Amino acid sequence: MNYEIKLDIFEGPLDLLLYLIRKNEIDIYNIPIALITEQYLSYLDMMRSLNLDLAGEYLVLASTLVHIKSKLLLPPVEGEDEEEEGEDPRSELVRQLLEYQAFKEAALHLDERPLLERDVFKRGAPAAEPVSSGQEEEAMNEVDVFELVAAFRRIVAGLDRKEDLEIDVEKMSLTDRINEIMERLSEEGQITFADLLGDRMERRRIIYTFLAILELMKLRMIRAYQSGPFGTIRLFPAVEG
Amino acid sequence: MEQKIAIIEALLFASETPLAAERITEILPDIERTEIVSLLRGLMREYEVRGGGISLQEVAGGFQFRTRTDLAPWIRKLKAGRPAMLSPAALETLAVVAYRQPLVKSEIDRIRGVDASGALKGLLEKKLVRIVGRKDVPGKPIIYGTTRKFLEVFNLKDLSELPTLRELKDLQEQQE
Repeated sequence: MNYEIKLDIFEGPLDLLLYLIRKNEIDIYNIPIALITEQYLSYLDMMRSLNLDLAGEYLVLASTLVHIKSKLLLPPVEGEDEEEEGEDPRSELVRQLLEYQAFKEAALHLDERPLLERDVFKRGAPAAEPVSSGQEEEAMNEVDVFELVAAFRRIVAGLDRKEDLEIDVEKMSLTDRINEIMERLSEEGQITFADLLGDRMERRRIIYTFLAILELMKLRMIRAYQSGPFGTIRLFPAVEG
Repeated sequence: MEQKIAIIEALLFASETPLAAERITEILPDIERTEIVSLLRGLMREYEVRGGGISLQEVAGGFQFRTRTDLAPWIRKLKAGRPAMLSPAALETLAVVAYRQPLVKSEIDRIRGVDASGALKGLLEKKLVRIVGRKDVPGKPIIYGTTRKFLEVFNLKDLSELPTLRELKDLQEQQE
């Protein structure tokens, strides 16, 4: 059976690129295109392997990156278009990234304001309207999904290759996994990502666990917290408000 | 308490929306607008000094009684509803509209690098963004802007109260 799960993990290709730049502590004005392109493409591969819906925009940026990379590799041709001489092929992308980053920050500042019906209330205001089920209404999670994806990568990278050869006869569905996680959460109150996987590190199990967590976060049934960068990710049942 | 202040306080209490000084002037034509504004400011201070659960705040071009920010946890229990939160996509789109308005969707898409249709639809439904008009170019694309409700929800007096967008550093400068 082929599950197709659509999640808006990244806010977009620029968001993913900014994340990679931050993660590698790169100077945005001097992006090592080869490194970033490689990482960007491997993230796309991973998202694809998880059957996550990849918007076409991600591929457009991928081709832009490859194009810039090829331009940088070419030796400057003598006497060719003098106007463009000295123009860094990366500059348009950098401008776009900076602009996006400025708005991303502005969005955070907006969210930090005392919001009506969240932080301040007016007299006898009607109860908050039920949140619509639209896709754009995903909750803000304490652990951003990038971190979950990174944790997932680390676990998959540490897998013993031999184990791939074992044929997994255990029938597991996403629904089963979701129910299992919710059951354990209601018993134990909180649980770590690693606990959930246990020591049975089959690829199938890991992928289902990961998808189940993403799905539960999307449905606002659990919340994920992390102690710090690369820290343990703990899952809690979302408090029904 | 002085009668004038009492009237203004009562008007503020009874008003459904932030009450503008102009509106109070219409109701109390004998009092100068400047006096009304100073009475409003005095009332703001009074509530502040009192240190109670309510404060008088200046939002969306008017004045409104609102609860103190630090008391939110208790009020949320009373309301028993999940506060309507905006997704990161919605917030980003809203920020672009707020700072670049009036603007068309293609401009939002360009800045965010993704199609903003979904987020924009949600913002329109929540009445944080509105259609301002149509641009006079082929295809007559819709022009968007923020609403008065946007100011109310985000506790802003007016758009000028938005913090300045971090200036985009001059790329040329860096390259030299």
